[in-house]
Amino acid sequence: MCVDDKLENLAAALRKWEEEARKQLVKDPGAKSAAETLSGMPVKELYTPLDMSGDYAESLGFPGSYPFTRGVQQIMYRSRLWTMRQYAGFGSAEDTNRRFRYLLEQGQTGLSLAFDLPTQIGYDSDDPMALGEVGKVGVAIDSIGDMKALFEQIPLDQVSTSMTINSPAAVLTAMYVVLAEQGGISLDKLRGTIQNDPLKEYIARGTYIFPVDHSLRLTSDILGYCARSLPQFNGISISGYHMREAGCTAAQELAFTMANAITYVETAGKAGLSVDDIGPRLSFFFSSHQDFFEEAAKFRAARRIWAHLMKERFQAKNPRSWMLRYHVQTAGCSLTAQQPLLNILRTGYEALSAVLGGCQSLHTNSYDEALALPTEPAAQIALRTQQIIAHETGVTDTVDPLAGSYYVENLTDRIEAGVQDYIRKIDALGGMVKAIAAGYVQKEISNSAYAYQKSLEEDRRVTVGLNKYRIEEPPPTGLLRIGENIEEVQAAKLKKLRAERSSGAVSAALDKVKQVAASEANLMPAIIDAVRVEATVGEICTVLREVFGEYSGANYY
Amino acid sequence: MEAKKVIRVLLAKPGLDGHDRGAKVIARALSDAGMEVIYTGLRQTPEMIVAAAEQEDVDVLMMSILSGAHNAIFPRVLEGLKNKGLDDILVLGGGIIPEEDIPPLKAIGIREIFGPGTETGEIIAYVKANLSA
Repeated sequence: MCVDDKLENLAAALRKWEEEARKQLVKDPGAKSAAETLSGMPVKELYTPLDMSGDYAESLGFPGSYPFTRGVQQIMYRSRLWTMRQYAGFGSAEDTNRRFRYLLEQGQTGLSLAFDLPTQIGYDSDDPMALGEVGKVGVAIDSIGDMKALFEQIPLDQVSTSMTINSPAAVLTAMYVVLAEQGGISLDKLRGTIQNDPLKEYIARGTYIFPVDHSLRLTSDILGYCARSLPQFNGISISGYHMREAGCTAAQELAFTMANAITYVETAGKAGLSVDDIGPRLSFFFSSHQDFFEEAAKFRAARRIWAHLMKERFQAKNPRSWMLRYHVQTAGCSLTAQQPLLNILRTGYEALSAVLGGCQSLHTNSYDEALALPTEPAAQIALRTQQIIAHETGVTDTVDPLAGSYYVENLTDRIEAGVQDYIRKIDALGGMVKAIAAGYVQKEISNSAYAYQKSLEEDRRVTVGLNKYRIEEPPPTGLLRIGENIEEVQAAKLKKLRAERSSGAVSAALDKVKQVAASEANLMPAIIDAVRVEATVGEICTVLREVFGEYSGANYY
Repeated sequence: MEAKKVIRVLLAKPGLDGHDRGAKVIARALSDAGMEVIYTGLRQTPEMIVAAAEQEDVDVLMMSILSGAHNAIFPRVLEGLKNKGLDDILVLGGGIIPEEDIPPLKAIGIREIFGPGTETGEIIAYVKANLSA
């Protein structure tokens, strides 16, 4: 009996099974006659070999081999666990340094820096625009002195550091480099990532400064600088997390991220960087959301899509350019302010699907996430969540254990198809820059967000503790509270800095930045020089604002 | 019979916070409920919000802020509205605002704060019930 006959028989048997199953739906009053993933993909009661397509070698392959569906490294976590990299930062550099050292002591294996909004938007702590914001959502970094305090007792050649900074990414990269120099550490030892992803800022995250074309120039300059001088640094973390947090679906998350990536590769190409110059050090950042199998399938689809994209669309020749390496954060938007301890479970399941999906790096949210920045105990539990998965569940002992699941392979295929659809649409619009200018991406995301909200309010979806199993609760206590005095502390530091540094040297350095910004040369050397003479984040960004102007896109929703 | 006046709402994102998912969802819901909604977008200073409230002649001002800057920014907005004689506008807040900060904000004129988990229907009902006051 050949394979086709076997499948025919299976199909016939399945039809019979479905008939019987339908009777069950009628009999049980509470039965669910239809189901969808969180992203709205239909879910059948049963998946069988009939739901899988493609052959092992072509669609899946071995881990470490094209198209990398099963993983970018051969033995994955048997060789090395993912990096446990908890996003942290608040208050002053000294406050954050303490939290960093605590997390490292508790066993995290990489640093992830959260900067406050003034820093992220290129304002010094004493700028009027920084009112009320200093140190609130991350650490306040104004100068190289703050950077030094941030890394006190943390040797830069022994940790890898991820920095969530976008518009002023060049300045913070420069600070990291100058700090290494001052510590006698050679740049080829520096490991880490700079987010440097402006397109998603316009779409969903909001910390843009400059107009799109100037932001792309800066991104490209950083990629070029990293390719030449920081061989162990990822010059970009192309992010879907924030768009997912803004409410889009799994397929949209991947599609919009990939489309942004296409724009970055094209932009770098125009600046003289070939796809293989930057390919091996492009990295990504995704969410891990509540629908367990959809998320695991999503990560597998992402690897296969990227491999094809790089090899076929961009003709990348270096196999390392085909490998999608990514950091994951469990979905903040899935967490509730109500019955917050339940968030420990949500984060746990989301982290598990991220690991089953094969991520390189992971941040797990703390249970108080919907209320405030994490307290130490909450941050500890979040880290332990990863440690328990790593050491107690056994899921790390074999690569891509979900492979071959009829459901998961089917989901992987369907997500990929959905992503390719979106990429075609965006190509037809002329690429992401045009799609963003037209509001297409923003509207897709807010449509998904609105549909989700409606599904909750109409009780088609359940959030435990929120629209079902509610309780009366006293207001939460013991939350982290950032002091209002950080603004004063930073203002005093800035006053002292401006009095003590060489104002002539700073002026000259800022003039040079202005000059280079108006040219086509790479801005990194001039920005590094400015940082060395203690120009601040705000001062450098003010100069760039003068040359580039500010973004003024419409608010689409 | 007198035609019902359309409720005009200004929805603002004060300060540097870029999280606008909630604000956008509420804007859609209010619009679907028949209100005229003007969404300011991000990076609104207190002065910009007051100017927009005046220019758009709104009945309601809703401010969404998740960055923790509410205690510095909200009072400036309320002061600005008062100075312009706009203190009959119904002012509401939302986002991440700790419980203990709510009474002082209500005392200066934020009539209600709608935090995480609030249903859009609740906000719509509140506006309709509290506008004539």
